[in-house]
Amino acid sequence: MITATEQLEIYLESFTELQKRAAGRDLPWLRQLREDAFARFCEVGFPNTHDEDWRFTNVSAIARAPFQLAQDGGLSNEEVEPFRIKGAACQLVFVNGRFVRDLSSIGKLPAGVNVNGLAEEINGNPRVLEAHFGRYLDTRRDAFCALNTAFADDGAYVHIRKGTIVEDPIFLLFISTVGDAPLMSHPRNLIVAEQESQATIVEDYVSLGESTAFCNTVTELVAGDNAVISHYMIEREHRQAFNVSTLRIQQGRSANVASHSVLLGGGLVRNNVHPVLAGEGGECLINGLFIGNGQQHLDNYMLVEHASPHCGSRQFYNGILDDRAHGVFHGRIIVHKDAQKTDAKQTNRNLLLSDDAQIDTKPQLEIYADDVKCTHGATIGQIDENALFYLRSRGIDELSARKLLLFAFASECLDRMKASPAREHVEELIHGHLLEVAHSANRFATGIPSEDTGRKWEEIG
Amino acid sequence: MSLLEVRNLKVNVDNHEILKGIDLEINPGEVHSIMGPNGSGKSTLAQVLARRESYDVTGGEILYDGKDLLAMKPEDAACEGIFMAFQYPVEIPGISNAYFLRSALNAIRKYRGQDELDAMDFLPMFREKLKLLDMDEKQMNRSVNEGFSGGEKKRNEILQMAVLEPKLAILDETDSGLDIDALRIVANGVNAMRSPERAIIVVTHYQRLLNYIVPDFVHVLVNGRIVRSGGPELALELEEKGYGEIESEARQVTPA
Repeated sequence: MITATEQLEIYLESFTELQKRAAGRDLPWLRQLREDAFARFCEVGFPNTHDEDWRFTNVSAIARAPFQLAQDGGLSNEEVEPFRIKGAACQLVFVNGRFVRDLSSIGKLPAGVNVNGLAEEINGNPRVLEAHFGRYLDTRRDAFCALNTAFADDGAYVHIRKGTIVEDPIFLLFISTVGDAPLMSHPRNLIVAEQESQATIVEDYVSLGESTAFCNTVTELVAGDNAVISHYMIEREHRQAFNVSTLRIQQGRSANVASHSVLLGGGLVRNNVHPVLAGEGGECLINGLFIGNGQQHLDNYMLVEHASPHCGSRQFYNGILDDRAHGVFHGRIIVHKDAQKTDAKQTNRNLLLSDDAQIDTKPQLEIYADDVKCTHGATIGQIDENALFYLRSRGIDELSARKLLLFAFASECLDRMKASPAREHVEELIHGHLLEVAHSANRFATGIPSEDTGRKWEEIG
Repeated sequence: MSLLEVRNLKVNVDNHEILKGIDLEINPGEVHSIMGPNGSGKSTLAQVLARRESYDVTGGEILYDGKDLLAMKPEDAACEGIFMAFQYPVEIPGISNAYFLRSALNAIRKYRGQDELDAMDFLPMFREKLKLLDMDEKQMNRSVNEGFSGGEKKRNEILQMAVLEPKLAILDETDSGLDIDALRIVANGVNAMRSPERAIIVVTHYQRLLNYIVPDFVHVLVNGRIVRSGGPELALELEEKGYGEIESEARQVTPA
């Protein structure tokens, strides 16, 4: 453990080091952006639980670990293979946040699509990038966004030109590897979907080996007028991982964006989704599923900004928590003064499978327009014993019956995903994960105490 | 050998004695009706036979096919061929009827060492059973019992029974709340299932269903005990006189 001053020194050292070798270090605008962001981070430091936005999540375990910038980890194709998905238009692989071309396959993309590593794009073609990079993210509010921007060096760059339709998902695989010291990475992604374009983008976070790692990722997604974009964020790192992710969506006129967050792994996870409905008639679906057991802490934070009239947003999050897992749903909706006829809805449903599992659910509506419709609701329940007996009385064994009921609950989220290889991928992951959870829930039901292996993040802090 | 032998069964619910010593013997091919007023213990008996675990068996034993039924979990009892049509079928959002039924059938087939059926093998048989119960195939893609009317739920129970082909079927007040058309459809479904290998227990409050499913034996359950047993004529007698007389007779025999 380290003190706050030591912590800043370590980050400063890494930052100075990075400024010497980072992509675009000679571009004044980018240099300035990084420096400002780092200054901001030093100013505010990591948030604490007195901060309303972080009330339920204590990040002092992140603050006190002496993280080093992760180096490129030389991975073989065999090591990466198990994480790949079927049916993707292209697969970009990032190891500790760095794009690895040899492990990636660009495939046959339609003309009008450019996918690349961010660093290569900064070095090769910074002008196009400059128009969007860092323009939407609020580094003033959030220390993690500031930190990411300060260390923004590599990640994914996806540019889809006007009217281009990409049928199959663009798959971005982020692998964190083991190091001698605790490692940090700050992947930075920029997705620009121009007018009338259509695409599905999957970000999948996984880890190889188990050691303390901190992945602080930011994605800026720009959806032009009439663009239709599905975005998936899948967190399935190991239990020693800290994962903080921010998806900042900027929506144009009549743009339709669906954000699907699926949190299965990680020890301490915070997922921020921040859409701004900037153009009239935009639609945004913010769909989420979080399934935790052991000591996992899974925090879902949404900030939905309605900035234009006639926009609709839907937040649906389902949580399944077992053992001592802790889930958070914090859904904030801001309806700005001119955003009349806004239709915003948020729903959070939770299943708690043990006495020690915990969910904090908090709606937060700030409405400055006078002709809007905003609703919110939350439920917390257990597995329905009548349903369980009904299934068992038809011959289905208890474990399968539990899994079936959990899957039925989770499938509410799957049903909101369009049929695609991305959805199939998620479905497969959920099946595997739920079997594990059903096992531990079964053990709980039969009175055998669960093993207390993981760490309690709050206790470290 | 009889299919089911209940010997001096005593059951508590919330520390309250509901069944006070039930004896019942059922052979393959027989249809037994268990009748009784509200609170007599009819449903408790049905639930214990289906192995609902929240019931506390304090005495007696149940032999099913020569095996100790009380040692079985609900899924094992189902796989051994016991089926209970629920008085209140459960709604399960997110699981389709067709998927549920195929999972159940395959679980039972697996238990018996038979090959599991894929969707293609399952469908022709399933369609035939749907026809028997006048049910719509589209409905089967919807969630289990979700948005079903009372009559549809009861028909769905009989459909499940028709697909799973139990050796011992227990109908727990399947007639309650049904209009006459639905009652006929349900009764036809049940009658189509009658066979020399299969036994059926019809638990009911009213005699009406027994006009359509004519039982071989009628047992009257009052206050946790079977107070009279007889042929189908006993049901008619009950319909005429009501439970009042038989209840007061029962009280005289065993003063409270």
